[in-house]
Amino acid sequence: MIAVVDYGAGNLFSVANALEHLAIPYQITQDPGALAASDGILLPGVGAFPDAMEMLQKRQLVEILRKMAKEKPFLGVCLGMQVLFSQGEEFRLTDGLDLLPGRVEKLKAPGLKIPHMGWNRLELARDDCLLTRGLPQDAYVYFVHSYAAVPRQENLVAWAEYGGQVPALVWDGACCYGAQFHPEKSGETGLMILRNFADLCQDAARRKKE
Amino acid sequence: MLAKRIIPCLDVRNGMVVKGINFEGIKEVGDPVECAVAYDRQGADEICFLDITATHEGRKTMADVVRRTAKKVFVPLTVGGGVRTVEDYRDILRAGADKVSVNSAAIRDPELIRQVAAKFGSQCVVVAVDAKRRPDGGWGVFINGGRIDTGLDVLEWVCRCEQLGAGEILLTSMDADGTKQGFDLPLTDAVCRAVKIPVIASGGCGKLSDFSEVFEKTGADAALAASLFHYRELTVGQVKDHLQKSGIPVRK
Repeated sequence: MIAVVDYGAGNLFSVANALEHLAIPYQITQDPGALAASDGILLPGVGAFPDAMEMLQKRQLVEILRKMAKEKPFLGVCLGMQVLFSQGEEFRLTDGLDLLPGRVEKLKAPGLKIPHMGWNRLELARDDCLLTRGLPQDAYVYFVHSYAAVPRQENLVAWAEYGGQVPALVWDGACCYGAQFHPEKSGETGLMILRNFADLCQDAARRKKE
Repeated sequence: MLAKRIIPCLDVRNGMVVKGINFEGIKEVGDPVECAVAYDRQGADEICFLDITATHEGRKTMADVVRRTAKKVFVPLTVGGGVRTVEDYRDILRAGADKVSVNSAAIRDPELIRQVAAKFGSQCVVVAVDAKRRPDGGWGVFINGGRIDTGLDVLEWVCRCEQLGAGEILLTSMDADGTKQGFDLPLTDAVCRAVKIPVIASGGCGKLSDFSEVFEKTGADAALAASLFHYRELTVGQVKDHLQKSGIPVRK
């Protein structure tokens, strides 16, 4: 069972629709017990960095999410990916969940439109991340964002070209992942990434039992 | 680099896809959910529903159509038609739409653009603009299917929309619409130069080269078509094959 964190994020139901379509068992929850009992955690998010952190704090989810992301597969989507980083610069400097080192800064794409909105091609920075398993060579995914993470090179799994390398998939090298794009709106490619994440959760749960 | 988007549009009335010419002789021709799924399979980058019921009951039906579509189609959904208030916006977004397009209500009350952009984010605010060439030069903004001249200048209006927080312009040329002679290149080019937000070109496409032309000769980010796809004169796949051969980036 994947826990989809319910903290008022706008794309919660789109993510749930995609999991439903893939017949992946999930639960929409903000209950610490349910989060602890889950096989993996999906953190959705649309909107602004400080609002998201405030909503997580209000529900007292910050500490438990930080703990869970080190124990079991954890995927942050869009703003849910951005808050994995140490700090965000949107509106004001705000502390994030600090699971990945780096800041989230205003997207720099000279001469290009901001937000970075639309379908862009994933370019793999490394090929050992299980989330990208089986992806076609020309994998396009759907982005909508004005801020972007500045991760360490070793945390970068895939990027998209938009006035530079825009981080698309990040990973702490253990079990914490983030997708800047919307897998739930990225057609077959996005569904494949969610399926890969569900497989990771299942494998982790099986290992734990053994 | 961003791919150029191909967006099929479905006209929906009372929960059914309808087709007709100039709102006359309208026939119900199918289930919008089924049509959206078919377009998704063809490779549509986004699907647009235009609600032509424009009554309270009709909008409720539309929300249900969106809800059912969002369970089966995993590309962005844009919904337009009859949206008048912040509450209308919220209802459609909650049902699962990613963007909502607004037309005459924004002209009556431009503050609506600012309100919905502040509340839901610019990324979901599409302003639909129906443009018609004026005899004395330039283009005017029309409403009610091109019957009423609002007196607004298209280029001034799109700039105002951008300032108010619109995230995208859906630009329809009333002159080109239905002609199948190609997109209105001078209009599309002028609007793309006037704003920094994405522009969707609509109206006039009839053949493959119309699509490559609008992307080669203007800054359009996307092209929208209804009848062409609906009557299967072309599939989204054919259009994308053609664009790819022409060296235009598309999602395949």
